[in-house]
Amino acid sequence: MTTTLAGKEVNVNAEGYMTDLNQWTKEIALEIAQQEEVTLNEKSWQVITWIQEQFKNEDALTIRKVGKSGVTDIKEFYELFPNGPLKKASKIAGIPKPVSCI
Amino acid sequence: MKRLVILGAGTAGTMMANLMVKKLPKHEWELVIVDQNRTHYYQPGFLFLPFDIYQPEDVIKPINDFLPKRVKRIVAGIDRVEPKSNQVLLENGELITYDLLVIATGCNIAPEEVNGMMSDKWYKEVFDFYTYDGACALRKKLQTWEGGKLVIHITEMPIKCPVAPLEFAFLADAFFTEKGMRDKVDITFVTPLSGAFTKPVASKQLTYLLKEKNIKIVADFAIERVDSDNRKIHDYGGQEVDYDLLVTVPTNMGDPMVARSGFGNDLNYVPTDKCTLQSKVADNIFVIGDATDLPASKAGAVAHFEAEVMVENMMHFIEGKPMRFEFDGHSNCFIETGHGKALLIDFNYTHEPVEGSFPLGGFGPLKLLKETRMNHMGKLAFRWVYWNMLLKGVPIPFVPATMSHAGKDFSAIECD
Ligand SMILES: Cc1cc2nc3c(=O)[nH]c(=O)nc-3n(C[C@H](O)[C@H](O)[C@H](O)COP(=O)(O)OP(=O)(O)OC[C@H]3O[C@@H](n4cnc5c(N)ncnc54)[C@H](O)[C@@H]3O)c2cc1C
Repeated sequence: MTTTLAGKEVNVNAEGYMTDLNQWTKEIALEIAQQEEVTLNEKSWQVITWIQEQFKNEDALTIRKVGKSGVTDIKEFYELFPNGPLKKASKIAGIPKPVSCI
Repeated sequence: MKRLVILGAGTAGTMMANLMVKKLPKHEWELVIVDQNRTHYYQPGFLFLPFDIYQPEDVIKPINDFLPKRVKRIVAGIDRVEPKSNQVLLENGELITYDLLVIATGCNIAPEEVNGMMSDKWYKEVFDFYTYDGACALRKKLQTWEGGKLVIHITEMPIKCPVAPLEFAFLADAFFTEKGMRDKVDITFVTPLSGAFTKPVASKQLTYLLKEKNIKIVADFAIERVDSDNRKIHDYGGQEVDYDLLVTVPTNMGDPMVARSGFGNDLNYVPTDKCTLQSKVADNIFVIGDATDLPASKAGAVAHFEAEVMVENMMHFIEGKPMRFEFDGHSNCFIETGHGKALLIDFNYTHEPVEGSFPLGGFGPLKLLKETRMNHMGKLAFRWVYWNMLLKGVPIPFVPATMSHAGKDFSAIECD
């Protein structure tokens, strides 16, 4: 399905996660962040870039990995993206919802 | 003479030894298996030990009873694998060379990963039931515990047998009800997931059961530390949960041997091709069971499905043929729900657990995703199947490695 974000039509799944990272722009990220009630600062953008890199490298995302990323630590990650940081950060970064595993 | 070396004589290693003995000609191949233990633990039984449903002697047997005579046993710790020189270094300094290697060293709990989890209250007020020692200590505790806040907690995923903590909650409810003290026990289930289970369809069903049994759930809880003096667990988001008795499933990690070998991921799991089960480390290394980094459940039943695929692929590898057989992540497990009932779920990499029935020879049909007495009998029978068929690599009738679609209602599933 598709939806309109920042004036552009983008592909999303039923939960509103983007399904094509190529369609992602900073403006879209800002709009999703607003819907999720998250304010982005410079650090948040660094984390978003790091998350997108992991996705491109096909590395599964976990809280543990974020903690060891060198970009941020887990405590700060929770401050940047309160209430479910992994899910929110992934949504804003335009990648699928992390399946924490089976 | 060529040599196949198997590291670990747990569920998967033992199964592989039994299967490969039948495949590899005696005059060409020597088989060696290495494990630090002499005892084989039936880990699914650890769930039942704390509630006196099983006794300690029900879950331990000598490793040797399950290995064919032709397989050479080495009792020693493994220090590391050296893939470049096709060698395994043992802790006693001995070197073993191999032509083909199977890594089956499983995973274990790592409570030291969470601040404060290992304190002077470990095995007094804070317990695990994923180890033999933990399950036995908890058994003793529950015999005299007078009630209070019981918190059942999962630290982080992945863990082996991901439904075991839920089953523990259900069995605890039944245990205290039967003891006539359920009103004195407040049960809370704390999980890092957004719901009771990782798979949405099963999660819905299981959440309903929790409610019915008056078990509270705290979701999205990413633990930061255990405050064992004040009996609280804290998460990174600022949530806290009080306990009198904390039953936790600590972080699960692959054996440190994997890290020492220099090829593990951040949780010491070995990078493995999810379809062929060949390692990404070297072509002549295959990985099975809990030691892999596959996005499949870490369960004995899964190792059994993997073994079927892996044996064929290893034979193709030996013959220099391309690998053909593919593992689809098939998992199934019984979920014990207490009071003599259980659920059965069946799923793979892409299919959600579904409703329907599951054909099991002489036993079924077992109802998928429905609480029945028959499923409970299935779960208990699993112990017999485990010792007598699974470990010995005897095919379990009507249970193929890849998921069967027969008898299942697939309308409820979403494929990604
Ligand atoms: C509480 C609980 C309930 C469970 N319930 C179920 C269930 O209902 N159904 C199900 O299918 N599965 C269940 N499981 C999971 C199942 O027990 C495991 O998935 C299975 O045992 C994995 O087999 P494995 O061979 O990979 O690892 P293991 O059986 O753990 O074997 C690993 C072996 O390697 C050896 N080893 C490791 N490192 C070294 C080293 N450095 N040197 C020497 N030896 C080493 C160990 O001593 C061990 O013997 C449960 C597990 C637990 C803990």
